[in-house]
Amino acid sequence: MTTDIILSGVGGQGILSIATVIGAAALREGLFIKQAEVHGMSQRGGDVQSNLRISSEPIASDLIPLGQADLVISLEPMEVLRYLPYLKKDGRLITNSTPFVNIDNYPDPQEVIAAIQATGHAVVLDVDTLAKEAGSARAANMVLLGAASPFLGLEVSKMEEGVRQVFLRKGEAVADMNVKAFRAGLEQGMANLAHGMPG
Amino acid sequence: MEDNKLLLLGDEAVALGAIHAGLSGVYAYPGTPSTEITEYIQSSPLARERGIHCQWSCNEKTAMEAALGMSYMGKRAMVCMKHVGMNVAADAFVNSAMTGANGGLVVVAADDPSMHSSQNEQDSRFYGKFALMPTFEPSTQQEAYEMIGEAFDLSERYRIPVLMRLVTRMAHSRTVVTVGKARGQNALSYPANPRQWVLMPACSKERYKVLVREQADFLAEAENSRHNIYVDGADRSMGIIACGIAYNYLMEHYKAGCPHPVLKVSQYPLPKKHVARMAQECESILVLEDGQPFVEEQLRGVLDNGVQVLGRLTGEVPRTGELTPDNITAALHLQDAEVYPPSTLVVPRPPALCKGCGHRDMYAALNEVVREYPDARVFSDIGCYTLGFLPPYHAIHSVVDMGASITMAKGAADAGQHPSIAVIGDSTFTHSGMTGLLDAVNEQSNITIIISDNLTTGMTGGQDSAGTGRLEQICTGIGVEGAHVRVVVPLPRNMEEMKQVIREEIEYRGVSVIIPRRECIQTARRHKTMKNE
Repeated sequence: MTTDIILSGVGGQGILSIATVIGAAALREGLFIKQAEVHGMSQRGGDVQSNLRISSEPIASDLIPLGQADLVISLEPMEVLRYLPYLKKDGRLITNSTPFVNIDNYPDPQEVIAAIQATGHAVVLDVDTLAKEAGSARAANMVLLGAASPFLGLEVSKMEEGVRQVFLRKGEAVADMNVKAFRAGLEQGMANLAHGMPG
Repeated sequence: MEDNKLLLLGDEAVALGAIHAGLSGVYAYPGTPSTEITEYIQSSPLARERGIHCQWSCNEKTAMEAALGMSYMGKRAMVCMKHVGMNVAADAFVNSAMTGANGGLVVVAADDPSMHSSQNEQDSRFYGKFALMPTFEPSTQQEAYEMIGEAFDLSERYRIPVLMRLVTRMAHSRTVVTVGKARGQNALSYPANPRQWVLMPACSKERYKVLVREQADFLAEAENSRHNIYVDGADRSMGIIACGIAYNYLMEHYKAGCPHPVLKVSQYPLPKKHVARMAQECESILVLEDGQPFVEEQLRGVLDNGVQVLGRLTGEVPRTGELTPDNITAALHLQDAEVYPPSTLVVPRPPALCKGCGHRDMYAALNEVVREYPDARVFSDIGCYTLGFLPPYHAIHSVVDMGASITMAKGAADAGQHPSIAVIGDSTFTHSGMTGLLDAVNEQSNITIIISDNLTTGMTGGQDSAGTGRLEQICTGIGVEGAHVRVVVPLPRNMEEMKQVIREEIEYRGVSVIIPRRECIQTARRHKTMKNE
C-alpha cells in the first residue's frame, strides 16, 4: 500500500495540522512515512505545500515525483490546481470551494471550480461553512481531513481517534468540536465515494 | 509505537542525535532551514536536565567562537546555521581547523538549494574542503541521527572540528527515526596541546603541516566509512555517484535496485578508492549532487581528459536549483510520466507582510516622506521587511546580507547620496549592524537608519532578539546623539507623527536612528495564547 499526498493552501491556513494527524495515524499502523514541509514565516500569505508519503514499503524520495500523487488535498481551490501536474491520471483532488483572495489577479472562481471538476476525480466542498456549523471556522482543516479520510488507505476510525488525541490538550470541548468537523467532512467524502466517482 | 521510534524532522534528528551523543552546548543564530535544530534542544526535557547550553547567539561568528571555547574545555559543542551563516562564521570556522578541537566540535550548515528562503545557493561542502575538515552529508534522517554521534567521535579521535551539511529537503522532511541510548557528557579537561590554540605564525606553521598530513587519515576514514557505499550494477555504460539526499531521488526510480553501479557518498573527503573503481569499471560517471557541482568539478579537474563525467556542468542535470526526482530522469534515460499539464488559471501568490504588521506602517510612512525626495535611496536588509520590495510598497533598493543596509547607506552617502536611508530589523541590527553603525558615527555620515523593532527574530518564527529593550542604549553607546535616536509606535493613527520624525531626521545632517517599535503580531498572538493557557 502506498498513498502519496500533496497538501496545499495559503500560509497560515493550517495545512501542517492535517499532515500531523495523518502522519500520527500512519505511524500507529506501523507504516513508513516521509513528509517534506515548508517552514518560515515569510511564507505567510503565500502559497504553501507539503509532500506526505505513506507506504507499507520503505520510501526513497522525500519529494513526490510528477504524476504520482494519489491525492491533492487543499484548503484553497486555486492552490489545488497549482499541483495538477503532480496528480496521477486517476488521482483525486479534494478541496475547499471557498477562494482565499489576497492577490489582485485571482482568476474567476467559477472557472477554477470548473477546472477542478473537469479532472473527473474531485471532491469539492464548502469547508468554511461546514466548519462554522461544527462550531468554529478554525476547524476548517479537520473538515477537509474528514473529506479526504476515505481515500487515504488508513482506517477511518483511527483517523477520528487521532483528531481527538491531537486536540485533547486544548480541552474536551475543542476535541469534540474538531471531531464533529471531521465527521461533517467525512460525510461529504463518503457521499462522493458512494456516487461511484471514477478513481 | 515503540518508545525508541520517533517521527522527526531532519533538523530534530540532528538535535536529538547530538543530545544523545553527550552534547554540552549548542550555539546558533536562527536561519531557515537550520532553526529547528536549536529549537528542539531548547524544548527537550533531557537537554534541560543535563543543563545543555541552548540560548541563541548574536550571530554565527559569536556562536562558532563560543562553541570553540566550550570544545577547548573538553566538552562536546555544536554550532548550527544556514549556509550564508557560514560566511559570517568563516573566520572562526576556518581557523578552528587550525586550533583543532578538544571536546568534540560539530558544525551543522543547512544549505538551501533553489533558494526557498535565501539569497544564494552556496554549497557548504566547499567550506569543509577549504578548511581541510572532514565533512558529513546524510541522505536520511536516520543517518543524520547516527552520523552526528559519529561526527563527535571522529572530532575527538583526530581533535578536529567536523562539518555536517544538510539541505532544505533533509532539514525539513519528517520521518520515523529509531533512536538509541544517551551517552554521558564529557568531563572538563584542558587541551593536551596548548600551543596549538595560539595561532601565532610560529605555532600555526607547525600545526598546518600536521593538518595537511592528517588529510590522508580523513580520506582513509571516508574510504572506510559505512556511509560511503559502492553497489555494483550490470549496466556499466554509466556509473552513478549520488551524494546525500540525491541518493533518495535516484533510488525513487529503482525500487528493485539500480541497474548501474552506484556510489552513495555521505562522507568527505571524496572517497578516492571508490571513485577510482567506478572510473575503471564504467564508461561514464553521472554525478548527482544537490547544490553546486562540488564532486563533479573535482572529478573533471582542469584537464578533463579522463573518464567522461556527466552532471550539472554538462547539462544532463540542471545547472541551478535543487534536485528533484523529476529533473534527473533525462540523465538516467528514463521516460517522463504522462502528467496533467499545468493549469493556465494558476497565478503566483507571493508571501506578504501580515495584516497588522508594524513593518507595514513603517513602510507606509517612509514611502510618503520619500515621495518628497525624488532621489532618495533605501538600502534594506534580511528579514520579513525585505518583503517591502514587493507590492504594494516597492520601498527598497537593495538587500544583500545581514547588516549591509547601514554600511551600504554609509558608502552611498560617502559618494554623495542624500537621502541615504537604511532599513534594518532589530535582530539583524544586533547580528551585524552595530559595527557598521560605529563606522558611520566615526565619520558623521549623513544617513538615516530605521531599526524596525518588532521585539523578535520574526522571519524564522519568533526567536528571542539579542538587543530587546536596549536598542536606544546600544545606539547612544556607539555614539549616536541621543536627540537623534527617535522612538515611534508604528500604527496607522500615528502616521503623521512618524512622517514628521522621518522628515526631521532626513533633514538632520549626520547619523540618526529611528526606531518604530511594536511587537510582531505573530509573536504577540503566541504570547497571548501562552498567557491564557
